[in-house]
Amino acid sequence: MTQSSDADVGSLPLYPMRLAIELEIPSDIQYIEQVVELVTRQCEQLSFTARHCALNVPVALTEALSNAILRGNGENTDKHVRLRAHVDHDSLVMEVADEGAGFDLEDCTIDPTTGENIDREDGRGLFLMRRLMDRVERFTDHGNVVRLTLRRE
Amino acid sequence: MSFAIKKQGEIVVVDVEGQLIVGNRQELKQKVLDELEKGEKRFLIDFSQTGYIDSSGLGVLVSLSKKIREQGGELRLANLNDDLKTLFELTKLDTLFQIADTRERALESF
Repeated sequence: MTQSSDADVGSLPLYPMRLAIELEIPSDIQYIEQVVELVTRQCEQLSFTARHCALNVPVALTEALSNAILRGNGENTDKHVRLRAHVDHDSLVMEVADEGAGFDLEDCTIDPTTGENIDREDGRGLFLMRRLMDRVERFTDHGNVVRLTLRRE
Repeated sequence: MSFAIKKQGEIVVVDVEGQLIVGNRQELKQKVLDELEKGEKRFLIDFSQTGYIDSSGLGVLVSLSKKIREQGGELRLANLNDDLKTLFELTKLDTLFQIADTRERALESF
């Protein structure tokens, strides 16, 4: 077995690389799985942990996209949802923007684990996003934006 | 992603293949409700071929659990991988459902 040479770029670790994704989808929940797969695949290639790639990223991003499509844009397919994802050596940052009026993150997050909420069908989306990401922020920037940040372990 | 339903004795077994998320949760709900309407009482949902589940998917499981109980039936879950177990623990839904490590154990538990 030979040692890899400088020319053997295929064996270089992708860890130090930076990657940016920007895409826009119509407000249709059927797009979510494809978008999530695209981002998760990049995280796998850039050496995020298996747990991050199988749980934290797909679930949190699915929640953000479905909130944007269903609540932000009211499933109006004339309206769009924009995703910007940025991966570097330190973290993954995903910004999901919709055309809605926005919401108060604190007011809208409920604790679904309490006795009175545990058998509710809804109300776990924001809770999961906040438990699975290191940081969740909401702000206005040409629309309503939710920013999810996940640091590498 | 799809849902395969088959009968194993008196138990309706549903395999969730792929994700259980906002885009397909209604399909699972309707398939199980159709069986419930036919008079089936015992349900096992097997997650051995499942990727991830979002809050909508969890919500459907909660809803189905209630509807099945209301009809005097029982619902069991089986084969959650470590990531899915974490999801159930985070939301404390592991306290709401009867969850078995294997399909066989779940079938025996009815």
